[in-house]
Amino acid sequence: MSGVFTKSMARNIFYGGTVFFFLVFLALTFDSHREFPKRDNSQNLTPEVIAGKKIWETRNCIGCHTLLGEGAYFAPELGNVYPRRGPDFIKAWMQAQPTGAPGRRQMPQFHLSDTELDQLVAFLKYTSEINTANWPPNIEG
Amino acid sequence: MQYKTQAVAKPYFVAAIGLFVGQIIFGLIMGMQYVVGDFLFPEIPFNVARMVHTNLLIVWLLFGFMGAAYYMVPEESETELYSPKLAIALFWIFLLAGAATVLGYLFVPYATLAEMTGNDLLATMGREFLEQPLPTKLGIVVVALAFLFNITMTVLKGRKTAISTVLLIGLWGLAIFFLFSFYNPHNLVKDKYYWWWVVHLWVEGVWELILGALLAFVLIKVTGVDREVIEKWLYVIITLTLVTGIIGTGHHYYWIGAPEYWQWWGSIFSALEPIPFFAMTVFAFNMVNRRRREHPNKAAVLWALGTGVMAFLGAGVWGFLHTLAPVNYYTHGSQITAAHGHMAFYGAYVMVVLTLISYAMPVLRGRAANSNKAQVVEMWSFWLMTIAMVFITLFLTAAGILQVWLQRVAEVPMSFMATQDQVALFYWMREWSGVVFFIGLVLYIVSFFIKGETRTATR
Repeated sequence: MSGVFTKSMARNIFYGGTVFFFLVFLALTFDSHREFPKRDNSQNLTPEVIAGKKIWETRNCIGCHTLLGEGAYFAPELGNVYPRRGPDFIKAWMQAQPTGAPGRRQMPQFHLSDTELDQLVAFLKYTSEINTANWPPNIEG
Repeated sequence: MQYKTQAVAKPYFVAAIGLFVGQIIFGLIMGMQYVVGDFLFPEIPFNVARMVHTNLLIVWLLFGFMGAAYYMVPEESETELYSPKLAIALFWIFLLAGAATVLGYLFVPYATLAEMTGNDLLATMGREFLEQPLPTKLGIVVVALAFLFNITMTVLKGRKTAISTVLLIGLWGLAIFFLFSFYNPHNLVKDKYYWWWVVHLWVEGVWELILGALLAFVLIKVTGVDREVIEKWLYVIITLTLVTGIIGTGHHYYWIGAPEYWQWWGSIFSALEPIPFFAMTVFAFNMVNRRRREHPNKAAVLWALGTGVMAFLGAGVWGFLHTLAPVNYYTHGSQITAAHGHMAFYGAYVMVVLTLISYAMPVLRGRAANSNKAQVVEMWSFWLMTIAMVFITLFLTAAGILQVWLQRVAEVPMSFMATQDQVALFYWMREWSGVVFFIGLVLYIVSFFIKGETRTATR
């Protein structure tokens, strides 16, 4: 930090650098949008899946589980629960909660109807078919 | 204090500390649920406790930032606050909205809360950290805009300094990027992509500008080093922050369905993200070593130095630990992430807010510094909380390494829950560290009530 390097130079580098790298970020975002359709499984975004996503959100599932690795780390990853457990297991599991096993982590009972359970499963199926660059490393999530 | 309207900062600081206590209590509840799964079930399920824990953190830090701005900006601008009445009104609106939201989480089933609050009109709820009902989100925007109006008008009518400019950019950025919380596309990949525009561009972007401004302000006050020098450092640090941090967002795009080139962009730029934090540490120590006065508030100096060190460790080192894509492939969404999150938030944002409170609160109470006795207790609380947080981080890291090994690397991978049972010992140790943290926090509050010899504030 010699006398040659002044505060106004530092300020100009800040503004210039920020604007430049933000524009690069926007360009990458623009390109990502062109690539999304190849990877995001949006062709299977049916009304049932959309309803399932809303159920997922309004029960705050992310408060315990991760989905594609994001969320809380208290309960299993659900981005690949569809291939791991299958639709029937998922529905039976949801209906059997809470287990009430003493000392074990408990999942609330959400009283979902059969239709709602099917919608949630459809959402989890759709999620499991997103191209995640082979993450997670194995089926255990 | 130099300007009487700076006094509006005081209730903000008091509320921040009060909510901090709530945050830690819910943290202890969750830590307990990690080892005794049915603890407080069904009264407080884990997901509810977590919402309260993380949302309280965000809200109290926002109280801290706003209080800091109300304290700093009149002094920086050398003029009274544009409207102290507005500041007080916003305080009560924000506090009541925050309290109502937390009570809603605790006493209304989340799905019912969503229905009651118009989530069917615009679905924004149920995403991590953005769980707030629509009216709360709108309230945050209104409060933020009114607050920014107040602060901006104050800066415009007075002296313009680099510190207040950087603070303003940070706060405006905070408000602008929060708007992405209203964008919740059905497409999960796009949902996640833009969710990070709030979360990452806050904590690894504009919040760091706020952090830098707060730290620079306190360093000028306690060291007496020339403003030109400190402000030059500030610009250098925030340049490094945004140059690395904006594209560093890419380290969240590896496994959520975004193009795979993000593994390169994200790894390279986020690997550089520790540099601004390192610069901040060097900055803090350098300025204190070159100090031109012995400020009587030793506790504030300790917090300022602590911020530099812990932000570098938590955000810099623990961030780098799992930011490279080939590493993150194994660690993504494990306890390693939790370890990093805890130390980074504590080291960067909790500590900088406590630094500012430590410096400003005595002045707001009419003295340059608290009595020696009070400062000793405050410094004890500093060490207890900081060391406890180091251990929380180490235990979670240990749990995370084991978890990654057992669940993702071993030849016969274990299931998630079987793995959790294997690492329970570390969760117990984390919980005990949490208890020590809580004791530190209680001592911190006690330090405000200790009297003794004080010097009167100098103008």
